[in-house]
Amino acid sequence: MTEKKKEVLLQIKGLRIEGYSDDKWTEIVHGVDLTLHRGEVMGLIGESGAGKSTIGLAAMGFARDGCRISGGSVEFDGMELTTTPERDRRALRGSRIAYVAQSAAASFNPAHRLIDQHTETPTHYRIMKRMESQEDAMQLYERLRLPNPQEIGFRYPHQVSGGQLQRAMTAMAMACRPDLIIFDEPTTALDVTTQIEVLLAIRDIVEQFNTAAIYITHDLAVVAQMADTIKVLLKGNEVEESDTRSMLANPREDYTKSLWAVRSFQRDQKTRPTGDVAPVVSVQNVDAAYGKTKVLDNVSFDIHAGMTVAVVGESGSGKSTTARCITGLLPPTKGKVLFKGEELPASYKSRSKEQLRQAQMIYQMADTALNPKVRICDIIGRPAQFYSGLKGGELKSRVDELLDMIELEPSKYYYRYPTELSGGQKQRIGIARALAANPTFIICDEVTSALDQLVAEGILKLLDRLQKELNLAYMFITHDLATVRSIADEVVVMKQGQVVEQGPKDEMFTPPHHPYTDLLLSSVPEMDPDWLSRVVDERGVDNIGEAADTSA
Amino acid sequence: MNYFVIGYYALLIGASCLAAFYGKKSAFLLLFSLTLVSFIVGIIGGETWLWNITIAAGVIALCAGTAYAFREFLVIVTPYETSKALAKAPLTASFGLFVIMTYLIAGVFAPVIAPFGEAEVISQSYAPADENMLMGADQLGRDLFSRLVYGARNTVGLAFIATTLAFLAGTIAGLLAATRGGWFDQAMGRLADVIMSIPSLIFALLMLSIFGTNLSVLVIIVAIIYSPRVFRLTRAVAGNIVVMDYIEAARLRGEGMWYLVRKEILPNSTAPLIAEFGLEFCFVFLLIAGLSFLGLGIQPPTADWGSMVRDNATLISFGEITPLIPAAAIALLTVAVNFVVDWMLYRSSGLKE
Repeated sequence: MTEKKKEVLLQIKGLRIEGYSDDKWTEIVHGVDLTLHRGEVMGLIGESGAGKSTIGLAAMGFARDGCRISGGSVEFDGMELTTTPERDRRALRGSRIAYVAQSAAASFNPAHRLIDQHTETPTHYRIMKRMESQEDAMQLYERLRLPNPQEIGFRYPHQVSGGQLQRAMTAMAMACRPDLIIFDEPTTALDVTTQIEVLLAIRDIVEQFNTAAIYITHDLAVVAQMADTIKVLLKGNEVEESDTRSMLANPREDYTKSLWAVRSFQRDQKTRPTGDVAPVVSVQNVDAAYGKTKVLDNVSFDIHAGMTVAVVGESGSGKSTTARCITGLLPPTKGKVLFKGEELPASYKSRSKEQLRQAQMIYQMADTALNPKVRICDIIGRPAQFYSGLKGGELKSRVDELLDMIELEPSKYYYRYPTELSGGQKQRIGIARALAANPTFIICDEVTSALDQLVAEGILKLLDRLQKELNLAYMFITHDLATVRSIADEVVVMKQGQVVEQGPKDEMFTPPHHPYTDLLLSSVPEMDPDWLSRVVDERGVDNIGEAADTSA
Repeated sequence: MNYFVIGYYALLIGASCLAAFYGKKSAFLLLFSLTLVSFIVGIIGGETWLWNITIAAGVIALCAGTAYAFREFLVIVTPYETSKALAKAPLTASFGLFVIMTYLIAGVFAPVIAPFGEAEVISQSYAPADENMLMGADQLGRDLFSRLVYGARNTVGLAFIATTLAFLAGTIAGLLAATRGGWFDQAMGRLADVIMSIPSLIFALLMLSIFGTNLSVLVIIVAIIYSPRVFRLTRAVAGNIVVMDYIEAARLRGEGMWYLVRKEILPNSTAPLIAEFGLEFCFVFLLIAGLSFLGLGIQPPTADWGSMVRDNATLISFGEITPLIPAAAIALLTVAVNFVVDWMLYRSSGLKE
C-alpha cells in the first residue's frame, strides 16, 4: 500500500464551516486539516454532530443549505475549491469526486431504472456514450457481485434489496472512474449479513481502481476494515489521526480511548427463577400475517420477571411483528399470548386498562415516538394521570421522580418540548413515558440503533439500572449483537418468521450453534483490521452473506 | 421640461447610482429599470403619466411605511413568542394584518364610525360627495360611506361565520375519518365527492331558491359547499400524523378517540389548517358577495358590498368610480388575507432555508 501514497490528492487546511441557526452564524467545524493521497482510504469517525458529513461534503467544495465555508482551503488535485466558481466545482462532482449517501433507498430516484441513473453522469459529461456506459455498468455490477449483472440494472430501485441498492449506488459512484469517493455511512442502515457484502464490495472496488476514499462512519469496527488511516473528530475539532493499526493498538487521546472502550459494558447474566413460576409474558405457537402474506410461523418463547430477552435477526425476520402481536396491534391468526399465566385478548382494543398498563413499549425513533407539540411534563404525566388518576401536585412530584430516574434534571426539562432535546435525551423521555405506567414488562424496539455508541451505552446502563430497581422484564428487539452481548439474559434468534434457536446468552454465544446464528455472530465486524479478509477466506467471496441459506 | 420632470429624473438617476455604488443589486435593478420605463412613459404620455407614477410610488411607499410601523408596533405589544415570529414577518404580511385589523374595527364599531344609518335616506339619489357625505349617495340617496362601513360588518361577519361553520364540520369529519378509517372514512369521503362534484354557485342558487333567501339558510349552504375541501385537507394532514409512533403509543395506552383527536393529532395539524382557513375565507367571502350581486344573498336594505356594486353599477357608464369602491373593498380584503396566509404557509411548510 505504501507505494500508492505518493501523490497528494486532497489537501484541506484549517477548514472552518459555519451553520446558520437562531438568526446567527455559529461555527461548527473549527479548523480541521486533512491530507489524502491517491488510492488512500481515510476513515472519519466521531459522534453525531462531530462534523463528519459536513467535512465530507466540504471535500467536494460543497456546503449544505444553511451552512457556509467560512475559512481555510480545500485543494483538490491542485485546484482550490473554495474560490473556484460554482460552475467548475459542479463539473468536478460526479466525474472526479463522487458521493455515496447513507440511505441508497432515499437517494435513488424511484421513478427511473437503476441503469438510467447510472449512465446519466457519464453521458452528461460526455465521458462515455450511452451504450458504452451501459456495458460498463454491467461490468461494474459484476465486479460488485450483484446477482444477474446483465439484467439487474433494468430494474427500478424498489425491486432490489437494500444491500444491492447500496452496491448499485457504489457502482454509480464509480461510473466516471472518479479520483475520490466520499462514503457517508453507507452501511449504517443495513443489518450485519448485508453489511458484510457491501463492505467487501466497496473495499475491493476501491482497491481495483486505486480510488481515494473518505469513509465516514460512527462504527469503529467497520472503519477498521476499510481505512488506511483514521481521523477521530469531536465537535468540529480533530482529536487525533494515525494509521489504522497503530490507532487500534494504542490510541493516544482519552476521547479515542473512551470510544474504543464503549463495547466493554457487560453485566452478569441472570438465570430463570427455579420452581413453577409463570413467566411474565409467554408467546405460544403464534402465527401472524399481513393480509395474505404469512410473517410469523409458530413462534414461541417465554420472558420471566426481571429478565431481558433479546430477539435478534435480520430485517424482515419478524422481530417487530412479534412485538406487534404481543401488544395487540396485530392480532395473531393462530396461537396465544399469555401474561402472567392469563391469556390476553388478541386485539389491544379489547384489553383492559390494567392489561394495557402492564406492558409498555419504547420505540426506535424517538423523533416520531414523542409528540412534538406536547411538553415533556405532559408526555410523561399523561400515563401517570391516565392509569393512576394522579392530579396537580401529586402528578408533578411523580413526573419529577420519573425525570430523576432517567437522570434528567426536572427543573430544567419540565416545560420543554421534545424538539429542544438531543437524540439521547429524547430516548430517555421515551423510557420515562413507559415507566410512568408502572409496567412489569417493556418492549424495547431497536432503542439504541439510532444513537451514537456513547449515548447508546448510557441508555443501556440506564435500562439495566431500572431493571434492577423495578424488577422489569424486557423484550429487547435488536439486530446489533454487541448490544445483545451486553444486556441480554436470554436470546431468541429469528429468521423468516421462525424462531431458529433460543436459550441463555452464554450458550448462544458459545458453539455449537445453529448455522444461522453462526452466520449472524461471525458477521459482526470486529476491531481487528484483518477481520474482513479472514471472513472472506473462511466463507469464500461469493456466498459471504448467504452462508446460512446454503447450509440451513 | 419643467422643474418636476428634471427633479423626477435627477432623483431616480441619483438613487440608482447610490444603490449601484453601495452594491445593493436588487434595489439598483428596480430603480434603474424604473428610470428606463419612465423615459419611455414620459415620451409617450408626457408629464401627467410621470405624475401618476410618482403617486403610485408614493402610495406603495406609504403602505410599506404603514406596514413597517405596524409590524414594529405589534412586536412591542405582543408577548414574547408571537413577537419573535412577527419580527421575521415580511412587510406584506404586516400590511395584510393592518388591513384586516382596520376592517375588524370598522365592522365592530360600525354604528360609532358611520355618520348615518345604513338604511337612512339623507339625500337625492346619486348625489355627489359634499361635506356631509364623504363618498356621495347611492341610488336611493343613502350615504355610501356609512353603507360601506356597515357592509364590513355584514359581509365580513357573515363570511366569517360561514367559514367557521365549514371548518368545524370539515375538520371534525376529517380528523375522525383519518383516525377511525374503514367504512366511516369511505362514507365521508364519498359524501365529500358528491358535494364537490356539483358546481358551487349553481348548487347555492338551487338551494337558495328552494329554501328561500334568509341569512341562516345562506350561511348553512355556504358552509356545506366549502366543508368538503376542509375535510380533504384535514384528512390528508391527519393521515400523515396517525401513522406516527406517538399515536400508536397513545392507542396502546388505551386512550379514547376524542383524546387522540384533540391532544395528539389536532396540535400537529393546526398550521396548515389556519392557512387553509384564510384561503377558504376569501372564497366564501367572494361567493357571498357574488350571490348578493345576483340578488340572492344578503337582502336589502341591509348594506352589503356585493349588492352595493350591483345597485350602483349604472354609474360606471357615466365615468363615476362609485360602484368600484365596494368592489375595491372586497379586493383589498382578499389581497390582505392572502398576504397573511402566504406568510403562515411559508412558516408552516418549513421552506425557511
